Amino acid sequence: MTAAADDPLALPDPVEPPAAPGEPLLVADDVTVRFHTRNGVVHAVDGVSLDLREGEVLAVVGESGSGKTVFTRRLMGLVTGGRGTEVGGSVRFAGTDLTTLSAARLSRIWGAEIALILQDPMTSLNPVKRIGAQITESILLHRKVSKTEAAKRAVELLRSVGLSEPERRVRQYPHELSGGMRQRVTIAIALACDPRLLLADEPTTALDVTVQAQILDLLADLQARSGMAMLLVTHDLRVVRSRSHRIAVMYAGRIVETAPTSTLFADPLMPYTEALMNAVPPVTGPNHVRLQVIPGRPPDLIRPPAGCKFSPRCPYAQDRCLTEEPPLRDAEPSGPDAPVHRYRCWFPVGSPAWAEAKARNIERGSSAAGTPVTEEMVLT
Amino acid sequence: MTDTMPVGSTGAPPAGPAGPAGPRRAGKRRHTSRYVRARLTHLLLVLLAVTFLSFVVVDLLPGDAAVVVAGENATPEQVQEVRETLQLDRPLLIRYVDWLGGVLTGDLGSSFRTGQPVLEALGERIPVSLQLAVVAQLLALVIAVPLAVYSAYRPGRLVDRTTMTLGFAGAAMPQFVLGMVLIVVFAGGFSSVLPATGYTSFFDDPLANLRSIILPCVTLMVAEAAVYRQLLRSDMISTLQEDFILMARSKGLRPRAILLRHALRPSSFSLITLSGVNLGRLIGGTVIVETLFAIPGLGQLIVQAVFNRDYLILQGALLFVAVAYVAINMLIDLLYLVLDPRVRRDV
Repeated sequence: MTAAADDPLALPDPVEPPAAPGEPLLVADDVTVRFHTRNGVVHAVDGVSLDLREGEVLAVVGESGSGKTVFTRRLMGLVTGGRGTEVGGSVRFAGTDLTTLSAARLSRIWGAEIALILQDPMTSLNPVKRIGAQITESILLHRKVSKTEAAKRAVELLRSVGLSEPERRVRQYPHELSGGMRQRVTIAIALACDPRLLLADEPTTALDVTVQAQILDLLADLQARSGMAMLLVTHDLRVVRSRSHRIAVMYAGRIVETAPTSTLFADPLMPYTEALMNAVPPVTGPNHVRLQVIPGRPPDLIRPPAGCKFSPRCPYAQDRCLTEEPPLRDAEPSGPDAPVHRYRCWFPVGSPAWAEAKARNIERGSSAAGTPVTEEMVLT
Repeated sequence: MTDTMPVGSTGAPPAGPAGPAGPRRAGKRRHTSRYVRARLTHLLLVLLAVTFLSFVVVDLLPGDAAVVVAGENATPEQVQEVRETLQLDRPLLIRYVDWLGGVLTGDLGSSFRTGQPVLEALGERIPVSLQLAVVAQLLALVIAVPLAVYSAYRPGRLVDRTTMTLGFAGAAMPQFVLGMVLIVVFAGGFSSVLPATGYTSFFDDPLANLRSIILPCVTLMVAEAAVYRQLLRSDMISTLQEDFILMARSKGLRPRAILLRHALRPSSFSLITLSGVNLGRLIGGTVIVETLFAIPGLGQLIVQAVFNRDYLILQGALLFVAVAYVAINMLIDLLYLVLDPRVRRDV
């Protein structure tokens, strides 16, 4: 799977992970978010644990409805308990448990230490406020600077995110800019106070493809220069291949596989990860090849399947998968300091058990869950 | 999109190194003047339609103005004399054109009954109605906006529920009932801290003036405040769902700043429209409240003029009401330009 030069979203060489320091910047432990609705309890985030080191880029990948957005907002504390929302677990940021902080304490961290970028730049800027004011606002809030200095900083920020004529832009309103320019503005807002952690929630999903690559490269560049940690949430594995150190794949509110980016691409163990990779149209190879789609829909988070959450859609599913949920366990280490590779599967891709399960399902023409399986579908 | 839209696609340099300021400004001015011209034409058409229609309607009213003016015991000769003096024997269209000519030269005629010039009669009544209308509107907004903002911030909680119930009760009560309750409580049965009736001019005695308008203004204001609270609350609740509010929170802004600096302005557009409509309506007089509190406003003047067939007074009053209404709506449009930058380029 070598990315060709004409794919704007892929770069050839995966980036090297930063040297491992002591305590991670962010440690999420058993984070849970449940929404009580009229139809039942939605298990949006179901016991997610992960950590993020200073300067590291972690990609959280999953389909819509996998809970990645809610998880991101919970990390920050933007989703809180009460009013039909139930939360659990802890989020330690730079040694402090964010889940125990008051709203006032949290808001001193928001914008200053942790910043957020949202998916749609057309809606994430206030339509009736000038761009300059939307940037200086958080500078004035968190830094002891004069209005003039803040305004100067706003211009610098706009220049650093690659907007032409920043002096004029600060006086413009969001509707006067295009989508890509607006996303640059939201990035400038997020970076206004040099945060240590940037949460980018699908920062390019709402943009067109050529602009996507520009924005992703800009983010990667700014991240590398500032050394901040970044959580890059996306549904598109392609965009994180060369722009992240580690990947966590989410499904049905859980992490189903996590590994360093290069390991994950070389050796995916969870069939869902494999399916996500196959669902990306290949850039090289013959045209007009039928795209491998993942059959079925993301699971109902109110009544999730009993066993493995992916089993109803998995081409390798066996009886055990339907009744018993696999734990998140470590992959066989290939060396003494092998990178952490965890996965949630009874029949990890490439293992003898998997080969057996695959052969069995092809033979009977369906998985244990009844999903039709043909040889063509499991060409891996 | 118009030619005032200067921005191309991402990263594209703007047209010309000199900056688009020159041609853009000129374009803007052209648009503005076209806008003003359109609005003035509109105003003129509305005024012509309103005044002509009222001329026709007064003419169609049963009963003869000359008979009313001459008095019940007048002989037919006397009535005829009055009719000729008042020129009521001339055709409607001629009278209308004649009146219109008078308007253009600043002469609105005089009352049939009292001989008082129409301008003078209006001059006495308009300030009264204007004060009532403006004060009642301001009161309604001052009370409704904070309640709406807080209710939207904590929907379904105590403040929201209490003010909603009180608001519905106030809005459901007819004005004359509410007015009488207020009179009983504040100017009669229980206490007499405020005058029940009458109006003192602000220039004669400012304090007495304020005391005399409190009860009528409150009576006028209650139902509007209730509607405003409800309207702004629901607009605000939907604004608070917007991404840019989440962005504002993630910057670390406190709820107060988010509500007032980010959410209020984009939520206020329908409130402003409605408030403008109401102000226009109130300026035209409020017969019930004026009657209840014995306040010499435009509403009473208009009703009396109708009963007396005092059609020049009526015409003059309606002319003012129409001008005020259209002018307020123009003002609201201008306010939109100030509040919402997205509208500016469409002008």
